[in-house]
Amino acid sequence: MAMTARERAKVSRGVQYGLLVVIVIALVFIADWNTLISRALNPSVMAQQFPEIITVALKNTLIYTALGFVAGMSGGILLALMRLSSVAPYRWIATLYIELFRGVPALLVFLALGFGVPLAFQVRFNNLVTVMLALGLVSAAYIAESLRAGLQAVPKGQYEAARSLGMSHSRAMITIVIPQALRIVLPPLTNEVILLAKDSSLVYLLGMTVSQYELTKFGREAISGSGAGLTPLVLAGVCYLVITVPLGLLARYFEQRADARSARH
Amino acid sequence: MNNTASVPGATASHPASVSIDGLHKSYGSLDVLKGISLEVGPGEVVCLIGPSGSGKSTLLRCVNLLETPQQGVIRIGDVEVTDPEVDIDAVRRRVGMVFQQFNLFPNMSVLGNLTVAQRKVLGRSEAEARKTAMLNLERVGLAEKAENAPAQLSGGQQQRVAIARALSMDPELMLFDEPTSALDPETVGDVLAIMRDLAKEGMTMLVVTHEMAFARDVADRVVFMDGGVVVEEGPAREVVGAPQHKRTQAFLSRVLNPTQVDAPED
Ligand SMILES: Nc1ncnc2c1ncn2[C@@H]1O[C@H](COP(=O)(O)OP(=O)(O)OP(=O)(O)O)[C@@H](O)[C@H]1O
Ligand SMILES: [Mg+2]
Repeated sequence: MAMTARERAKVSRGVQYGLLVVIVIALVFIADWNTLISRALNPSVMAQQFPEIITVALKNTLIYTALGFVAGMSGGILLALMRLSSVAPYRWIATLYIELFRGVPALLVFLALGFGVPLAFQVRFNNLVTVMLALGLVSAAYIAESLRAGLQAVPKGQYEAARSLGMSHSRAMITIVIPQALRIVLPPLTNEVILLAKDSSLVYLLGMTVSQYELTKFGREAISGSGAGLTPLVLAGVCYLVITVPLGLLARYFEQRADARSARH
Repeated sequence: MNNTASVPGATASHPASVSIDGLHKSYGSLDVLKGISLEVGPGEVVCLIGPSGSGKSTLLRCVNLLETPQQGVIRIGDVEVTDPEVDIDAVRRRVGMVFQQFNLFPNMSVLGNLTVAQRKVLGRSEAEARKTAMLNLERVGLAEKAENAPAQLSGGQQQRVAIARALSMDPELMLFDEPTSALDPETVGDVLAIMRDLAKEGMTMLVVTHEMAFARDVADRVVFMDGGVVVEEGPAREVVGAPQHKRTQAFLSRVLNPTQVDAPED
């Protein structure tokens, strides 16, 4: 009973599909649907979440994400240029920063900014500034690494051709190198926005007024209301997906476009 | 007064001379150029030949300061470009460079490739830059490709665009580093024909090439380099046709009979 490689692959795939179907059917039968729907997918509880879950929570999540990204981009560009600088201390500082902030959970950065900094320096930022700083500090490290990789991926001949046409260093970088690097870094930058959207949930650590609630805090407050069950959190999860799934598709689109471009070379 | 001679892109407006004296370049402990001296008169075409690793590219890249030599003097016209005080960007504006790998900007159209430096470096208006670009595209026979992306062109067409891009800056001197080495054999001729025209129009040209027929027919002089020194130089027909030095003879017989096997081993 010799099988060719193709036949074996076919059988193996058949077994995998079969297993999947069994698991799904088992879950459908084992789950206690009535309890599940009333506790986690309760339509009347869902209706209660509107419109605030959109007008307050989703809106704030988007604002925090955007602020974090602006701060992270600014810091990231600076750090990437420092990493590529010919001045050694700049490179050391940037490397130290990147390793530090990539290695520490975002939660700790939020705690440090929310509680450590006020203790140490007797200043207390308003929440928006703290959010922007905390998300910016963390994402700057990742963004810097993406940007550096993107800049280094532009062939050296591009820079040399620009310089040979009489462009200065900064003119060559701005006009020729950075636009090409940006195309390369669009997919990782889009992924970074997804991470930021999720990390923005850490704002709850800072203590907020109702109007500052973002999706996670909003959901947590709602389930502590009597009889709400888990439904508000499920709804909050769906709202995150509304943000992140399109971004994920966008990242994949950018990736395919970049692949198509490099395949033509 | 007669202004008809100053049609942009028709001829080299003021072909410059190049004078290289005692040039040394090393990378760490590796001596690549060991005292090169070379003269190229205004409007003259000099071909650099020599085995791989002999320092031809390095020499060319020193002329437009993509590499900084440790010792020696290079003059373009009456400007000493090795002077540490020199404005490097101003030097490069006068010198066109054509690379083996074309190095067209992939994110711009052909026309964009030809206009970007005219506008950002020479400060020409969009209309002016466009006009010069189209003249030079016509000159290399690719006016109809102006709106195409570089990736849509063949290698030979890309190299012709790269030449047109350099010419759009109205250079006084053109450097070519193996411009046909990355091309399919059938497109080599088009590129060489353009370089031949350019030579006829009186451009000063310094050309690194393995195309011996081109060197023999087009160059005024040929310089053979090996191991970072000039081994032999002279009129093109003499160096290519009747080389005096043993190393030149060995190199030429290898290049001219690439299929010939030295000694069959078994
Ligand atoms: N940036 C660099 N760093 C270190 N060594 C280098 C560098 N550039 C060139 N070299 C070395 O210098 C020597 C001469 O290189 P060059 O590119 O000038 O040779 P070439 O004559 O142009 O050869 P080819 O015909 O292969 O292009 C080689 O041994 C090369 O490895
Ligand atoms: Mg070379």
